[in-house]
Amino acid sequence: MNFFTRKKSATSAKERLQLVLVHDRTDLTPAQLESLKDDLLKAISHYIDIDPDAVQIGLERDGRSQRLVADIPLRNVSRHRAG
Amino acid sequence: MTAQVITVTSGKGGVGKTTAVANLANALAMDGKKVVCIDGDIGLRNLDVVMGLENRIVYDIVDVIEGRCKLKQAMIRDKHYPEMYLIPAAQTRDKNAVSPSDMVRICNDLRADADFVIIDSPAGIERGFRNAIAAADRVLVVTNPEVSAVRDADRVVGILEAEEKGTPHLIINRLNPALVKNNDMLSAEDVLDLLGIQLIGIVPEDESVIIGSNRGAPVVTDGKSRAGLAFRNIAKRLQGLDVPFMDLDHQNSLWGAIQRLAGRK
Repeated sequence: MNFFTRKKSATSAKERLQLVLVHDRTDLTPAQLESLKDDLLKAISHYIDIDPDAVQIGLERDGRSQRLVADIPLRNVSRHRAG
Repeated sequence: MTAQVITVTSGKGGVGKTTAVANLANALAMDGKKVVCIDGDIGLRNLDVVMGLENRIVYDIVDVIEGRCKLKQAMIRDKHYPEMYLIPAAQTRDKNAVSPSDMVRICNDLRADADFVIIDSPAGIERGFRNAIAAADRVLVVTNPEVSAVRDADRVVGILEAEEKGTPHLIINRLNPALVKNNDMLSAEDVLDLLGIQLIGIVPEDESVIIGSNRGAPVVTDGKSRAGLAFRNIAKRLQGLDVPFMDLDHQNSLWGAIQRLAGRK
């Protein structure tokens, strides 16, 4: 990595800790989170048409509590029907 | 008197728990408070050497628990502050020689005639840690601005919350302002944001801490030490006083030294 573009180490430390703490606190490994996402999407698409590539699901910190935040854009149904 | 029982813990070892206990106890004693320190690290005792009391030990906490002596006999009086005592850990036993209820009983016996009881927790989250927090009215978590120390501190905070010990207060120890300025060390703000608990003090990295423990004379007694001042401030906050946080920013610069000499910092 180029010396000038390289991130300062405190920034890496903070970013890495943010991730690791969320997983430590929820006792959820990144792999388990992936499988949770897959299951969620499967369940939702059973009822509505979603755009799987635009879906964003992740754990966020809010003080000392975590939340699972999902942004799931729906496909425009009326356009399909008009077709 | 009804003593406040304070436990100092950290998860990770080597972040400065024992140093913090010795310094806070000395600072409180300097303020005229009656303080009893308990070394909770059975089998790996160290608070005695850091406080300079290693040659005075006759009985230890396990002797009290197993009835070989009275509580008062295991309380070693400090050399400089007659109102400060240490109850040493046993060196040849393990954590299982003490139970959480033993700690509660001993602390309750001490409450009546002390202002503060300060317990030095062992590293880890096992039995020794459970013993150390059992009697706590208040817990201080010590960490360093460094990934493994912050991660372990977060685990400890989580356990304390699960045990309904209340939210602990944070001591950020060994902060190096020059490294922070260069963005090569997590800042106090970063650590607070990550851990999401309240701050009670930031202690700058300071060579005089090592010199103090070499001599068995904690650094708070050194009027010139920045770390000593930080610990004295924490001791004031433990007494409920509102003391502003030190400005660590210019500590290493010539300009900072000039400003301090001029009384502006």
